[in-house]
Amino acid sequence: MARLHSETRAVLRGLAFLSPWLVGFIAFTLVPIALSLYYSFCDYSLLQPPLYKGLTNYHLLVHDAVFWKALGNTAIYALMALPLGMLVALGVAMLLNVKIRGLTIYRTVIFLPSLVPTAASAMLWLWLFNAKLGLINVGLRAIGVANPPGWLTDVRWSMPALVLMSFWGIGNTVIIYLAGLQDVPRELYEAASIDGASTLRQIWHVTLPSISPVIFFNLIMGIIGTLQVFATPYIMTGGGPARSTYFYTMYLYDNAFSYLKMGYASAMAWIQLLIVLALTALAAWSSKKWVHYSGN
Amino acid sequence: MSSDTPNHASTLQAASGAVRRGNRKGQGGRLFTHALLVGIGIAALLPFVWMLSTSLKTLQATTAFPPTFWPSPIQWHNYADVFRQEKANFLLWTRNTLVIEVLGVTGTTLSSAIVAYGFARLRFRGRNVLFVLMLSTMMLPFPVTMVSLFSLFRWLGDYTGIAWLGTFKPLWVPAWFGSAFNIFLLRQFFLTIPTELSESARIDGCSEFGIFWRIILPLAKPALAVVALFAFLAIWHDFLGPLVYLQRPEQFTLVLGLQNFQSKAGGTSWHLLMAASVLVILPAILLFFLAQKTFIEGIATTGIKG
Repeated sequence: MARLHSETRAVLRGLAFLSPWLVGFIAFTLVPIALSLYYSFCDYSLLQPPLYKGLTNYHLLVHDAVFWKALGNTAIYALMALPLGMLVALGVAMLLNVKIRGLTIYRTVIFLPSLVPTAASAMLWLWLFNAKLGLINVGLRAIGVANPPGWLTDVRWSMPALVLMSFWGIGNTVIIYLAGLQDVPRELYEAASIDGASTLRQIWHVTLPSISPVIFFNLIMGIIGTLQVFATPYIMTGGGPARSTYFYTMYLYDNAFSYLKMGYASAMAWIQLLIVLALTALAAWSSKKWVHYSGN
Repeated sequence: MSSDTPNHASTLQAASGAVRRGNRKGQGGRLFTHALLVGIGIAALLPFVWMLSTSLKTLQATTAFPPTFWPSPIQWHNYADVFRQEKANFLLWTRNTLVIEVLGVTGTTLSSAIVAYGFARLRFRGRNVLFVLMLSTMMLPFPVTMVSLFSLFRWLGDYTGIAWLGTFKPLWVPAWFGSAFNIFLLRQFFLTIPTELSESARIDGCSEFGIFWRIILPLAKPALAVVALFAFLAIWHDFLGPLVYLQRPEQFTLVLGLQNFQSKAGGTSWHLLMAASVLVILPAILLFFLAQKTFIEGIATTGIKG
C-alpha cells in the first residue's frame, strides 16, 4: 500500500514537471493532427463550418495534376540536392578533418552561410541569379560563356538553380559530418595503414562504414526537410516558371490560404504526415542495424 | 571533390619511395587541401561580398551593364534609406521581431528546462514512453499542423473574444510549452550532473522544484545559453509562421518584411534590398561570433553530435 502510494506520488511529480510539454503536445500537436484528419474528409472554407464529404478530397488529389507536379518537383529536388549535397558536405568535412593551419577559419567561413535566414538568402540568390546583372552570369560571360542560362526565368534551369543554391547552406551538414568523422577510432586507420591500404581504400573501408549511420540519418532528415521547402521558391520564383519550382508545401499553402480549400489542404497535410512517418520508421529500422555494428 | 585529395595523395605515394612516402604525402596533400579549402571558402564568401558591394552602390550602378564588382561611388546612406521607406517600416519590424524573440526565447528555455529535468532526474512509470513520444514529435513538419493550427487559433479568438490571428501570440505562446529538440538537449546535459548534489539537497529538505531551480539550473547555464541561442536563431529565421499568422504590414517581422523591398512588377531597388538583407543577416552573424565559445563548449558538453 505504501509502495503504491509512493509510486503514485512519483508519477504525479514526474507529470508535474512534464506538464508544460504534455499540455503543449496535446494542444499544439495532437489536437491539430486529429483536426486535420477530420478536415481532410470535409469541404471547409473557413468561412463556413466544415461539411463532411468522405474521401472526396483524397479522390480529387489523386486526379489532381498540380498535386503530382508539386510532389514530383519535390522528389526531383530531393534526388538532385540530397545526394550531391551529401557528397559535397562529406568531401568538405574530410578536408576539414585534417590537422592543418587555419582550420578554425575555414570551418567558420564554411559555416557562415548557414546563419543566413532563408528569406534573406533567397533575396541574395535572386540577385546572384539575375540573368543580365547577376554575379553568376557576369562570371560565366567573363570566362567565355556567350549565352549563360536565364536560371530562374528558364524552365530548364530553375530547378538546377535552386539545387546549386542549396549547396551554399551546406555548412550545418558539414559540421555534423565532421563530428562523425572525429568519432572514428584512430586505431582503425592505423591498422588499415599497416595492412598497406591506400588513402582511398581507407576512406572506402574505414571512414564510410564508420559514419554510415550519420549519412543515413542525414538522408532521412534531408528528405523530411525537402518536403517542407517553402520560403526559397515562394520568394524567388513563386513556383514558376510554368510551375517548374512549385513545391509540395507551396501547393498546400496555396490551397489553404489562397484558395481557402482548408479540407483539401488538410488531406495534403495528412499525406505529408504519412510520408514522414514512413521515412521515420525506415530510419528507426535502420538505426537498429547500425547501433548493432557500431557497438562492436 | 572528396575523392580528389586521396587520389592525389595516393598518386604521390606511388611515385615516391617507401621511406619518403609519409613525408611527401604530408606536404603535397596538405598544400592541396589548403588550395581546395581556399577555393571553397571563396565560394562561400563571394555571395556575401556581392551583397555588401550591391548594398553600397547607387541605383544607377546596380542597373549598369556590365556591372562593376566594387561600388564606386560608395553610397553609405543606402543603409539609412532602408529605415526611410514608405512601404517598409524597418524600425517597427525590428521591434516586432525583438518582442517575439524575448517572449519566445524566455519561454522555450524555461519550459524546456523544467520538462528536461523531469525526463533526466526523476524516475517514474511511463517516463520512457513519453520520452520516445516527445522525440518522435521532432520529425513532425510544421506544414502538417499549419492548417488546423490556423483554424484552432481562429476559433480561440472567436471563443474567448481575444484575437490570436493577426497578433504575435501564435508565434510565441507555443514556445512556453517546451520544444522537443531543446528538451532533448537539456536532458542530455542534466544527465551529466552528479546525483549526489540533488540527494544531499533532498536530505536537507529541499523540494524537487527547489533542487531544479537552485541547484541544477545554475549549473546548466552553458547548456541554457546554447538552447537560448538556437531558439533565437530559429525565431529569427522563421518565415512561414509569420507569413501564416501575421496579416498587416505593421505586424511583420524583419524576415517577412524583406519582401516589401521587392517589386513583383520588376524594377526592384537592389541596392536597398541588399542593404536590408545585410541588416537582417548581421545580428545572426554577430551573435555567432560573440557566442562562438558558448556555442562550441555547450555543444561539446551536451554531447550532441548532429
